[in-house]
Amino acid sequence: MSTYSRRQFLKTTLVAAGAGVAAGHGLPSIVTAQSKEPIKIGVLHSLSGTMAISEVSLRDVVLMATEEINAKGGVLGRRLQPVVVDPASNWDLFAEKAKQLLLQDKVAVVFGCWTSVSRKSVLPVFENNNGLLFYPVQYEGEECSKNVFYTGATPNQQLIPGAEYLMSKEGGGYKKFYLLGTDYVFPRTANKILRAFLLAKGVPADSIAEEYTPFNHQDYQTIVGKIKRFSSGGSAAVLSTINGDSNVPFYKEFANQGMRAENAPIMAFSVAEDELRGMDTSSLVGHLAAWNYYQSVESPQNAKFVNAFKAYAKKSNLPGGDKRVTDDPMEAAYFGVNIWRQAVEKAKTTDVDAVRKAVYGQEFLAPGGKIKMHENNHHAYKPVLIGEILKNGQFKVVSRTKGLVEPEPWSKYTSPDKGCDWVGHQGTYPKKV
Amino acid sequence: MRRLLCVLFIAWLAAPAAGQAASLSPAEAERTLQALASDDGDRREAAVAALGGTGDPKWLEFLAAFRDGNVYVRTKSGVTEVLVGGARSTRGDHDVIELKTPYDGAARGDAPLSSLKEVAADRRLRVAIKPFLDADETKLQLADPDPAVRRGAAIKLGNRADPRSAGVVEAALAEEADRWARHALAEALALIRLGGTETPARVDAARTLGNLHSATALPALRALARDTATPPTLRAVAERATGQIERWAMLTATVETLFQGASLASILLLMALGLAIVFGLMGVINMAHGELMALGAYATYVVQNVFRASWPGAFDYYFLVALPVSFLVAAAVGVVLERGVIRRLYGRPLETLLLTWGASLIIQQALRLWFGAANVDVASPRWLSGGVPVMADLTLPYNRVFIIGLATLAVAAMYWLLFRTAAGLRIRAVTQNRAMAGCLGVRAGWVDAATFGVGAGLAGLAGCALTQIGNVGPSLGQNYIVDSFMVVVTGGVGKIAGTILAAAGLGGLNKGIEPALGAVFAKVAILVVVILFLQRRPAGLFAVRGRNAEA
Repeated sequence: MSTYSRRQFLKTTLVAAGAGVAAGHGLPSIVTAQSKEPIKIGVLHSLSGTMAISEVSLRDVVLMATEEINAKGGVLGRRLQPVVVDPASNWDLFAEKAKQLLLQDKVAVVFGCWTSVSRKSVLPVFENNNGLLFYPVQYEGEECSKNVFYTGATPNQQLIPGAEYLMSKEGGGYKKFYLLGTDYVFPRTANKILRAFLLAKGVPADSIAEEYTPFNHQDYQTIVGKIKRFSSGGSAAVLSTINGDSNVPFYKEFANQGMRAENAPIMAFSVAEDELRGMDTSSLVGHLAAWNYYQSVESPQNAKFVNAFKAYAKKSNLPGGDKRVTDDPMEAAYFGVNIWRQAVEKAKTTDVDAVRKAVYGQEFLAPGGKIKMHENNHHAYKPVLIGEILKNGQFKVVSRTKGLVEPEPWSKYTSPDKGCDWVGHQGTYPKKV
Repeated sequence: MRRLLCVLFIAWLAAPAAGQAASLSPAEAERTLQALASDDGDRREAAVAALGGTGDPKWLEFLAAFRDGNVYVRTKSGVTEVLVGGARSTRGDHDVIELKTPYDGAARGDAPLSSLKEVAADRRLRVAIKPFLDADETKLQLADPDPAVRRGAAIKLGNRADPRSAGVVEAALAEEADRWARHALAEALALIRLGGTETPARVDAARTLGNLHSATALPALRALARDTATPPTLRAVAERATGQIERWAMLTATVETLFQGASLASILLLMALGLAIVFGLMGVINMAHGELMALGAYATYVVQNVFRASWPGAFDYYFLVALPVSFLVAAAVGVVLERGVIRRLYGRPLETLLLTWGASLIIQQALRLWFGAANVDVASPRWLSGGVPVMADLTLPYNRVFIIGLATLAVAAMYWLLFRTAAGLRIRAVTQNRAMAGCLGVRAGWVDAATFGVGAGLAGLAGCALTQIGNVGPSLGQNYIVDSFMVVVTGGVGKIAGTILAAAGLGGLNKGIEPALGAVFAKVAILVVVILFLQRRPAGLFAVRGRNAEA
């Protein structure tokens, strides 16, 4: 096949040119979805390295949502074509892959990132090239980018309600708080906000303890000993932002030293169903978590979502098959794809600026209940649910906010002088106190 | 025993009478249920109070169902009926739920979920329900056969210090036989009495709390001692009790730190022992040591699954089988590694280092392909969960006590092997002078394989033990390899005594400074100490004489 005749060359070029012209002018509806050029969407989640444990599930759910949309005829009559890349838990590679998605593959939108450091690393890429990123994980806030939609919770949609619940009569009326986290940006910022909130609520400073451990920390003897002494007057609770697999040794040590949820309950902000999969849950039972969604939420759309995901995992031969579970970031990733679809349909184009405006105020019946995108700050109104860990690795919802909680990217406890608004202002703006 | 029967008999006689006193007539019950289904918040709260006030277990069960959102209203030909949901099933497109009447639990057929209206318990009602259910729950827990549950209930009652529960606690205390549950109950009772109004009882309670070394009472006692409005007798006693408790707390903290140091040291020792043998006796820097540990951990996981599937009754003993299995699996892989490749590279430390590193990557990836990238779940057998309470406020976890024992045993076995057996003699002979040992008829090649196998087996054993305190995942080895090398290098290559001393020193030092500096800085401080130490004594605690000293 070394020769390539002139005639053949002319033929292919003409056909290609014709297709290009057709696509450019947007031929009327005679052309079916299949023959139109597909819309490319980027999927930017680590499929290898330390974060793979969490992020692979997000890729799976985004691909499932894409498949569902394609089965219904795609968006604007065009099929979605996912471009999956693997940034391998490497923060620099995240920026490189994001650039590749935007400039080479020319994707209309990117769904991706988990850790805050990876998001911070791709942020300049999206801002300089006017890309669009949907970020599905709860995070520490203090960000307000024109090119990112944050479908996970802001601090006031997870941290504050979690602490509030423990302080309430129903939650046990706890008065002392042990803030424990892994040593990186999310726990540090989260604890800064929690501390400011607790102080504002009249908790004296000597009733708050704060402590950090390195990544992959395994030996929690000393810390559990400290918690034991801290909680000896009763009415103390632990607010945990421990991340990843350090949770197993922590909960195990806690139970083994004779501590029970009655002595001091642990409210976790980073433990969800997907993390509980690899754990022996017997020592976790009775402890709490704060999220915006649990697999155990009872609603028809959630039953559909859970079953669809299990079926998808089985059909696609994903590891775990139909034993897979759904959790909060997965739900946020799922409705992120659908919010983008609705916005594109409303804007009738995939142009980033038009889609962005169409996202504002968009509503969707998500598995966890109806959610709504904020009118101007790029985050989502969400319900907050407090769950109790059960033996089977699921959560029992013990408390749920009435209605939806408005997102506050800038916490009013640490940054009362700042707001985020992309309609009336240009992003972050100074707010009068 | 006879007294217990007598009490039970009286309770049995008294129960119906007490039940009748507060019970609701059917008409009242119906009215209360209808109020519960209404929209008026005040009426609903009153209804909850009326039902909870009966103290009747059947009504409490109903309230629990109500709180969990399992109570429905069915409107059928103008009559509304409040019903409790049961088993759910799917029939065609509908979710169907079985229905029962509240209280009696008589079956009322089933209905599609969509035809029913849920009587939702909002936050306010759940707050109202909680005390009734909690009181009931603690009462049940105080009668639980498991002493740990009884102890938990006592702690809860003590924290709440509600004067109304004094009677319950006193009754439970009279019956309790378990030492630590008694302790918790006595503490709870004293805490309740301390919050009372009569000075003599409070003085008594303060004295008891001091004698019990109750850390829970410390804030309250301190406040009493500081408050000038406290009666002087009580103040003096509170002050004395505070001192007593504080001294005791210091003692427990010291014992606790010592135990934690010993525990960390035993883990470090167990991890480093195999490495010390391979590194010290053969001069091989085995970068795959961590992955051999991972192999041991996964062997434990497999044994666990086999037991779970085949002999669920004997599940608690799987760990005893897993210990030798993990040793053998890792030892076998070690021997294959040594005979297959490492033996071709003796005397070339850099190449061996690269080779074992490559082997570590291969093992890691193989584990990832076979078992998946996610962590796997290894359950602790019952006899390794929980801990033994040795003093008030000090519980030593069984798993850590076990590992201290295992490490001691492993070291003793190694000493015996090296210094009391013919095989050990040969190993030491090959280490000291390979050529001469060969001349005297020792098959140096086989000795190498056996030594490497034992070292690898010890890594497998360490991996098995680590499943009880940490995670099991493909990258398990990488988390521990640095610490293992640190111990071996600090101890001095080639001397087991050095390894033991280094493990004890580093473990103790780490736990000694962690309470003051925190986990992150303790780790940094340890590394700085090790670097400074190696600057002074590059050969480690014990200098080596032997094959690699000459190299």
